[in-house]
Amino acid sequence: MNVLVRDPLDWTDVGAVTDIPLRGARRVPTPRGVVAIFRTGDGRVFALKDACPHKGGPLSQGLVHGHAVTCPLHNWQIDLVTGEPLGADRGKGCAPVVPLRVEHGRILLGQG
Amino acid sequence: MQKEKLVVIGNGMAGCRAVAEVLKRDPDRYDITIFGAEPRVNYDRIMLSPVLAGEKTFADIVINDEAWYADNRIVLHAGRRVEGVDRDRKVVRGEGGLEAPYDRLILAVGSDPIRLPLPGADLAGVVTFRDLDDVEAMVAAARPGAKAVVIGGGLLGIEAAYGLSKRGMGATVVHLMDVLMERQLDASAGFLLTEALAAKGVETVLEAQSEEILGEGGRVSGLRLKDGRVLACDLLVMAVGIRPSTGLARAAGLEVARGVVVDDTLRTSDPAIYAIGECVEHRGQCYGLVAPIWEMCRTLGEALTDGASAYEGSALSTRLKVSGVDVFSAGKHLGGPGCEDIVFRDAGRGVYKRIVLEDGKVAGAVLFGDASDGAWYFDLMRSGEPVGDFRETLVFGQAATEGLRGLDPSAAVAAMADTAEVCGCNGVCKGEIVRAIADQGLSTLDGVRAVTKASASCGTCTPLVEKLLKLSLGDAFQADTGPKRVCGCTHHDHGEVRRRIVGEELKSMPAVMQALEWATPDGCATCRPALNYYLLCSWPAEYRDDRQSRFINERVHANIQKDGTYSVVPRMWGGVTSAAELRAIADVVDKFEIPTVKVTGGQRIDLLGVRKDDLPAVWADLNKAGMVSGHAYAKGLRTVKTCVGTDWCRFGTQDSTGLGVRLEKFMWGSWTPAKVKMGVSGCPRNCAEATCKDVGVICVDSGYEIHVGGAAGLHIRGTEVLTKVASEDEAVWTICAVTQLYREEGWYLERIYKWMDRVGLETIRARVEDPEGRRALYDRFAFSQRFARIDPWAERVAGRDSHEFNPLSRRMEFEPA
Ligand code: SRM
Ligand SMILES: Cc1cc2nc3c(=O)[nH]c(=O)nc-3n(C[C@H](O)[C@H](O)[C@H](O)COP(=O)(O)OP(=O)(O)OC[C@H]3O[C@@H](n4cnc5c(N)ncnc54)[C@H](O)[C@@H]3O)c2cc1C
Ligand code: SF4
Ligand code: FES
Repeated sequence: MNVLVRDPLDWTDVGAVTDIPLRGARRVPTPRGVVAIFRTGDGRVFALKDACPHKGGPLSQGLVHGHAVTCPLHNWQIDLVTGEPLGADRGKGCAPVVPLRVEHGRILLGQG
Repeated sequence: MQKEKLVVIGNGMAGCRAVAEVLKRDPDRYDITIFGAEPRVNYDRIMLSPVLAGEKTFADIVINDEAWYADNRIVLHAGRRVEGVDRDRKVVRGEGGLEAPYDRLILAVGSDPIRLPLPGADLAGVVTFRDLDDVEAMVAAARPGAKAVVIGGGLLGIEAAYGLSKRGMGATVVHLMDVLMERQLDASAGFLLTEALAAKGVETVLEAQSEEILGEGGRVSGLRLKDGRVLACDLLVMAVGIRPSTGLARAAGLEVARGVVVDDTLRTSDPAIYAIGECVEHRGQCYGLVAPIWEMCRTLGEALTDGASAYEGSALSTRLKVSGVDVFSAGKHLGGPGCEDIVFRDAGRGVYKRIVLEDGKVAGAVLFGDASDGAWYFDLMRSGEPVGDFRETLVFGQAATEGLRGLDPSAAVAAMADTAEVCGCNGVCKGEIVRAIADQGLSTLDGVRAVTKASASCGTCTPLVEKLLKLSLGDAFQADTGPKRVCGCTHHDHGEVRRRIVGEELKSMPAVMQALEWATPDGCATCRPALNYYLLCSWPAEYRDDRQSRFINERVHANIQKDGTYSVVPRMWGGVTSAAELRAIADVVDKFEIPTVKVTGGQRIDLLGVRKDDLPAVWADLNKAGMVSGHAYAKGLRTVKTCVGTDWCRFGTQDSTGLGVRLEKFMWGSWTPAKVKMGVSGCPRNCAEATCKDVGVICVDSGYEIHVGGAAGLHIRGTEVLTKVASEDEAVWTICAVTQLYREEGWYLERIYKWMDRVGLETIRARVEDPEGRRALYDRFAFSQRFARIDPWAERVAGRDSHEFNPLSRRMEFEPA
């Protein structure tokens, strides 16, 4: 028996994982704002809205370390998994997480 | 009564183990037939690596010999591939038309090695690594002195390369990623592995994309990489991964996804057919290791003998089989959301351990150099036992922990034997520390560190040492904050880090992190830029700048603004410009609709509000007019302010403009611990404000007064006079020498005035007034400039780092029509 599972999201292929440098990030413009896609030192990929919860700084331009990024404007550290600030700024808003899937080395971004 | 017929397709690890599990439970239930494509009995596939290395023979790795099949009345069709399964007739059809009817069928056909579809992939001498035939082909090609290239730096590729190197071949592993075994290891362990392999004669080429296999007379002769490099070889092994073997199942109409789909009793979509091993997909997961296979076989053994058990998936651990290179990895070895890392490094023994905790339990581990506790961590991980009680000793392993379990922490410390090792890095045991505290009246952590070296390296044992202090001193002990360390990733201060980079010739970030026993896997936003600078300064010709360890401004060579746009400041040598330059700037402003043009406080022009994507085009136009980056963003040479000097001014004593231009043209592009600004004034009226710059020159009739240590930002500081020289050449030599001294000995983000406060003006003066010392410093500066005076803008206009400036994709930019 074959079960067909329908995906609730539309997925768009936005490039290969290897198009992003390790410990780096790239941007994907969308009609609802820019999405930042990060590749951490361990090769995992995360996507957040490219806007820091502090004053909207472009997180894609930050320094990536562990599973966090340091915002380029005022050094808030943002958790790439939850989009929430870490450390002293914990609890002060969050950068929305964007649905992302990796398949066969390609990055698929979801639009719900 | 006639027995049920059990047919197994696949005479490998899974197929034979499943049969063994059935026999163990009910030896008389089935008539058993096994088909195997390989013309031999069942052997231990994972031991092919030691066979390749010549450490074992085939006979050593046979699991079930012919007697086993005979004793258990199993019919083995070895060397006979199954070509089809007729589910309606319940018959299996083997090569040569041989048919075998079944009541129950087990598919255990394993997986197929992936062959990259590169040009030349069908040349002789291109092999994969899966079965004994492959090993024999490799051994046949392994003439001493010949060269092998292995594509794929995973477990299999590394074991292949090691084996071939043991056979006397020169072996090179070519890997797409920048870390070997990246699915099991983090960057730190990957780096150590690369080093350990090099010591065993196996070279590694990372971040290498294979493009074409070259041949000569039908035989492989080399591999060409995408970047043009050619690696000559006589044998090429592809070890890039495996794909579940699903052809038979698909042809028989069974449900197949990535592998043959099975439920928790290992049943396929046909109730009479089971599947196990690498060919299956269970709960969306395919496996490539034997441990899950053993678990599957137990469940299947139950299912085929009317027992009930469910297979619920497996946790995985990996161990590399290269003699003398101990590597273990399990679970969430890379950490992740809500995880904490405990990192232990022992540079002396080449040990790196990373234990990942989640919710107070072990969630994963990477061990390098000493994997003896791998099984223990793996058990803790699978049992989900909370480890809070023995967290402090966890990273030291089972033996160190076992004695302490169940006791309250201070009692546990009190109960430790005097001979128990506290500091693994420096081999210091409890007794020594307690004696040192008592005999020498130590009362601080620093004191203990200085006398015993305990906790002076990786710092993992710091809490234990503090407990010992507390135990010995009672309330008299106050935990101190320790020396001023670079950041939370290390216990070393900047000075120590710098000395050891040079002293131990550490030339890469992972090398530093291992030797200095960094407590995090890849540093943080504080230490990475510092280490990157120290490496760059210490090894100008060798070290490759790490882009990802630079703050955005230095990565894209422009200043980020509050709205995410950038500002661009071209150099205006010594503050002198021309009509042509101003015209080019004006044209760029018009063409790219740059909103603001402002004169900076540093005698040049700032173009503010440039869109990131436009940066390369803006620079291209400025470059065309002869302008280069002003490094207004750099921890490096910024501006050299000048006044008009003898050229025009009625008071000018020397050519202050000319000297400023000469200094800037020679010194631009150099990286420094913090920014460096200079000024050259033509007389003591000081119109270039030289006495509040990092380095200033006041020209006087008799020569040049050289000043250092000024600032006019957060702190206002007038300069101090460093020295006075008679000629312009000497002024340049002295300024380069003092800058080089600061480059070599300053701490990251420490401006010259702070460095001067720390080491003392006298020390600096003594070093640069000594003619030989000055000469040597100058030479080192000049050497380093050979690699530094490169316009970062021009490089990027030419295409470097283009990923920085282009969005990853524009496919989502607009709503679909
Ligand atoms: C553009 C400019 C202001 C202007 O419009 O004139 C400027 C702008 C900035 N300054 Fe400045 N400084 C500028 C001249 C100065 C001067 C005056 C000078 O150089 O003669 C000073 C005082 C002198 C000094 O440095 O001691 C100055 C003291 C600072 C400081 C305080 C440094 C300190 O150690 O106390 C900072 C903060 C820092 O560097 O961490 C700073 C940092 C900055 C930064 C980089 C803030 C930042 O981190 O983003 C500003 C961004 C510039 C941009 O986006 O382009 N800026 N800044 C001037 C650029 C000069 C140039 O041509 O390169
Ligand atoms: C060199 C090497 C080193 C390894 N090291 C490790 C290790 O250290 N640790 C670890 O856990 N795992 C290791 N593995 C992986 C491990 O060997 C596999 O996970 C395991 O062998 C899979 O068992 P299997 O029975 O599913 O497949 P296999 O063992 O491959 O058995 C499948 C058998 O089916 C036969 N077959 C295929 N199609 C047909 C057909 N149509 N008709 C008849 N027969 C057919 C094949 O010839 C093969 O003999 C290693 C693998 C290799 C190659
Ligand atoms: S003085 Fe402050 S606001 Fe003005 S440029 Fe410098 S850093 Fe920015
Ligand atoms: S905008 Fe990100 S830290 Fe301020």
